Amino acid sequence: MTISPRDYDFRIARRRLEAKPKSAGEKLVSLEDAAARVPDGAILAFGGILYSRTPLALIRAVLRRRPRGLTIARNLMCYEGEWCMVAGAADKIITAWMGIGLPWGLSRIMREYVESGRVPIEEWSHLGLGLRFRAAAMGLPFLPTLTMLGSDLMSVGGSKTVECPYTGETLHAVPALYPDVALLHVQRADRFGNCQIDGYPHMDADIAFAAATVLVTAEEIVPEEEIRRHPDRTVIPGFAVDALAHVPWGSYPHECYGLYDSEPGHFGEYVAGIQAHGAAGVERYLERYVYAPAAHADYLALFPDAMRADAERRGRELCS
Amino acid sequence: MSAKASATGAVTPNELLAVMGSRELRDHQTVFTGVGAPMMASVLAQRLHAPRLTMVIEGGIIGPQWRPGWLPISTNEMRAAYHAQMLPGITDAFLIAQRGFLDVGFIGGAQVDQYGNLNTSAIGGYDRPKVRLPGSGGANDIISLCQRVIILTVHEKRRFIPKVDFITSPGHLTGGDSRERAGLLFGGVARVVTTLGLFGFEPKSRRMRLEAVYPGVTVEQVRDHTPFDLLVADQVATAAAPSDKELEILRALDPDRQFIG
Repeated sequence: MTISPRDYDFRIARRRLEAKPKSAGEKLVSLEDAAARVPDGAILAFGGILYSRTPLALIRAVLRRRPRGLTIARNLMCYEGEWCMVAGAADKIITAWMGIGLPWGLSRIMREYVESGRVPIEEWSHLGLGLRFRAAAMGLPFLPTLTMLGSDLMSVGGSKTVECPYTGETLHAVPALYPDVALLHVQRADRFGNCQIDGYPHMDADIAFAAATVLVTAEEIVPEEEIRRHPDRTVIPGFAVDALAHVPWGSYPHECYGLYDSEPGHFGEYVAGIQAHGAAGVERYLERYVYAPAAHADYLALFPDAMRADAERRGRELCS
Repeated sequence: MSAKASATGAVTPNELLAVMGSRELRDHQTVFTGVGAPMMASVLAQRLHAPRLTMVIEGGIIGPQWRPGWLPISTNEMRAAYHAQMLPGITDAFLIAQRGFLDVGFIGGAQVDQYGNLNTSAIGGYDRPKVRLPGSGGANDIISLCQRVIILTVHEKRRFIPKVDFITSPGHLTGGDSRERAGLLFGGVARVVTTLGLFGFEPKSRRMRLEAVYPGVTVEQVRDHTPFDLLVADQVATAAAPSDKELEILRALDPDRQFIG
């Protein structure tokens, strides 16, 4: 595999950003309007990590538009990567790891799609891909690092080394990854798009600064004054955000730090569907949870109130 | 291969790995650790002989204090961050390792070869593999950046092979100074802890070398389960079997036996 200049060309990425308004104005739109900003063929980066703070509502809204030709980048790809494969939305996955977690075993969908050559995976180490976003967030074409050196990930990925101009040592020049669109979910934002994240920050801020277009959903929209009272908690400034939608439970049944825990039982049901029906199990899941619910409230109604109340209770307890 | 060959009776493979792994850790060290046996080994060490051991977790978590019965399934969830001292984010947690702050790095089971190279990417060709595995995750970074890397794995013939199909995470590559020549100037795999014994790497060739067996396990048995030409130390020690206290702590940490099996 060779790395496309589109990924790392900092000159093009810089000019693209310069041409874009850095608006301090209103960012609030509907979830559907935010999702409509994802064009076919785009490189998308998903925020959160594995089953933590995944922008699931936004991903579902994007999939309802039946997109094609997407490249999906996410460091630890949970089942949303399988959705994009089975829905025919993704042509390529960029990741360090794909699955749900130990109890759920190897991803059968990933195996089927990658082993048959239908959707290739471009594999990086966790830090390697993290530094690709960091390099882009810094406006650079690459960053030097020690990680991945000597491994076969270097040759299959097409990554290059560079000689340190000071010490003469060999370093891995990990290429930047400038996504076209970032999809993020945060705990709170004001209507101008200033975003605050509680708990572990994952890679969301790097991804926001790296991407050409930034779409955010927030659990809560708070007054501007509340953001200004705790500016140290703001990790993404409003001028970097293009569209913001108010979506409580926007990463459920994945977790959202301090607010609600994940639902391993639901993951088990999802995997059981795949064990019974293969990719058709995912299609059935998509029909029920992604395509059929007309609005986010209809989606949430698929989960009993008592179940979500328990997720909230666990979420609070785990962060107390 | 499992607890049976280790002759430790009712001890499960993961309990054995956790106990033997924990004994590798010292107080006031820093350890990059993951879920499963590495996590059990780290917490066991904290409860026994290393109360000031600091755990760093790839979810971007420093110094969590996990609750018994509330152990994390993933390194990226609230249970993994419980009572942490700092949440620097994922990229920065690894950069702290690159700087040299991590004394020990634990890596869980995979396909491993005689130079300690690991494959978690693909079996049988990379582009159109026979089996596509989940990928590196943080394993490549831990093995590349931590000072003393310890692999914890069940000792099975299918896992121990002369040459991995694909080097996801670099051990000593092709031996000798090949790792340093590739630019990996620091740290590396120092130890392999399996369900049969403890292994190091012969300093010159960097080939895996048996250094200790568990009670009831013979050198021949280890050879039988290792499909490559295994070096054996002049003096093979016998590690003490897991103590009642070690097992008691592990079982109290994981009352539902979700991780110890």
